[in-house]
Amino acid sequence: MTNLGGSKMSQHKQIRIALNNCGVIDPENIKEYIARDGYLALGKCLTEMKPEDIIREIKDSGLRGRGGGGFPAGLKWEIAAKNQADQKYVVCNADEGDPGAFMDRSILEGDPHAVLEAMAICGYSMGATKGLIYIRAEYPLAIERLKIAIEQAREFGLLGKNLFGTDFEFDIEIRYGAGAFVCGEETALIHSMEGLRGEPTIKPPYPAESGYFGKPTNVNNVETYANVPIILRKGANWFNKIGTEKSKGTKVFALAGKIKNVGLVEVPMGTTLREVIYEIGGGIENDKKFKAVQTGGPSGGCLTEKHLDTPIDFDNLVQAGSMMGSGGMIVMDEDNCMVSVAKFYLEFTVEESCGKCSPCRIGNKRLYELLDRITQGKGEMEDLKRLRNMSNVIKDTSLCGLGQTSPNPVLSTLDNFYDEYVAHVVDKKCIAGQCKDLMTYFVIEENCVGCTACARVCPVGAITGEKKEVHYINPEICIKCGACEERCKFDAIIVK
Amino acid sequence: MTKIKTLADLERIKNEMRSDKDLNGSQDNSENAVRIKVGMGTSGIASGARDVMDFLTEALEKRNIEAVVSQTGDMGYSYAEPTIEVRKPGQKPVVFGYVDVKKADLIIEKYIKLGEEVEGIIPVNYQTIDD
Repeated sequence: MTNLGGSKMSQHKQIRIALNNCGVIDPENIKEYIARDGYLALGKCLTEMKPEDIIREIKDSGLRGRGGGGFPAGLKWEIAAKNQADQKYVVCNADEGDPGAFMDRSILEGDPHAVLEAMAICGYSMGATKGLIYIRAEYPLAIERLKIAIEQAREFGLLGKNLFGTDFEFDIEIRYGAGAFVCGEETALIHSMEGLRGEPTIKPPYPAESGYFGKPTNVNNVETYANVPIILRKGANWFNKIGTEKSKGTKVFALAGKIKNVGLVEVPMGTTLREVIYEIGGGIENDKKFKAVQTGGPSGGCLTEKHLDTPIDFDNLVQAGSMMGSGGMIVMDEDNCMVSVAKFYLEFTVEESCGKCSPCRIGNKRLYELLDRITQGKGEMEDLKRLRNMSNVIKDTSLCGLGQTSPNPVLSTLDNFYDEYVAHVVDKKCIAGQCKDLMTYFVIEENCVGCTACARVCPVGAITGEKKEVHYINPEICIKCGACEERCKFDAIIVK
Repeated sequence: MTKIKTLADLERIKNEMRSDKDLNGSQDNSENAVRIKVGMGTSGIASGARDVMDFLTEALEKRNIEAVVSQTGDMGYSYAEPTIEVRKPGQKPVVFGYVDVKKADLIIEKYIKLGEEVEGIIPVNYQTIDD
């Protein structure tokens, strides 16, 4: 399945391309980047290649957008190159917003010049002289290192006028976002940079035709750019041997959740979820049972045991009911309630919806309320149908990618964990023991010695009982804080 | 700084940075120096990498060990932050995880000085583009 770039098969599951310099060079020293062949690709492009040759190389490499959508990068560049204008722009989307994702931040903190170099190459190939990096203000260290990198690149004549003795000029500015999730959507991102509200607009027109201030604009994600200099150095034919038929190269994932080796991994496309979670990630924390893995952030879905051997690529993940997304991968174990997981993502979406279109603004709020009711034990079977219907309507009618994908966590949990929903609705039980409203604390009479420790720690006085006699928890008063269970030394209190 | 105008200019800086290919671009080309990189991404710093870096810089100088301590980005092992890479002259680099000041002290005394094993080594688990 996976061919490792023509070299001998390695025992390692990871190949570091986008992370090539991350954790290797000092990101605040441009010379260390140059020592690792940095800016060589830019130099070669400017002195030896025509813009159309570069675009062909990127197209041949099969590089697809790493921000989530997976649109072919070379095609995007080509469209922007073909549109004539007095000014064009190259934009780097560093508005990483998925909960648990930190790939882009790590690349910018560890290898900022790779992104600058790629943007300059993109500028040359499409005829743009200005680059803008849209980054969230919550990433102060990444911003600091980018500023240093831009300053050093200017000092070395690698940004500015007459690059490599040619008449090509290119410079880069940083623009700050306030960390709104919707601003990762390219039209909303552009509006935010223009000083307008960060709201999306209908595509077409695509940014490649009419983007920043109406000019042709190419928007790519940090990780997409980080691949570019290496593709041009090693050649499209080196790159496109890695990965699967339709998804070339590698993908960086931020492994998080109930996994032993939380961290960054970069694997060839086509690696299975099992390899990532068990072989690289070291398996589930405390050796609990694997339950699901969430990919694609709030736009993605939860994949289960049966998907573990699915080779990861753009198309397979969509087929399995999730998506690649920007690369967040959150692993869940038996203690995670899947209804609560769906509720968590919906809460995020409701918070982040820009409010421009009603399906997203109102629909997601209603979805959230339904989920909230179910986790409180107030749901009915009819609600499960309502969830599905409403999810489909929101997907079909929302204006931008945020609303079009926000019901995915609901749909994928309904598909894969329907029994768990039914348990909440019919039996009023949360198997994972996460929904407080569905739990009851009991005293096991045989174990209780009547030490009164639980009664003393109970903040609401729900526990009664004489000294040296069995105690009793009044479920009407109990707020399920769990303090008694924690305090009891005799394992006499359990939760069901 | 004269501006880079040609590919030869890039090559010149590259050569200046590493007379020895294995030195991985540190400005000090001394072959006898111990080279230490401290993972200083957000997660490293949040776990105390800055203290570790300050300690290493100071302690190595005090103990008269020729060394170059530099910062680098996230090595990817968030679960084991702070992480450092130690390369003794003529040897392969070794990455240590869970390095606090106490552990850093142990690494200097045991691994760097005596070549003894110290717990917390993270084996290389990836290929590079040059492999």
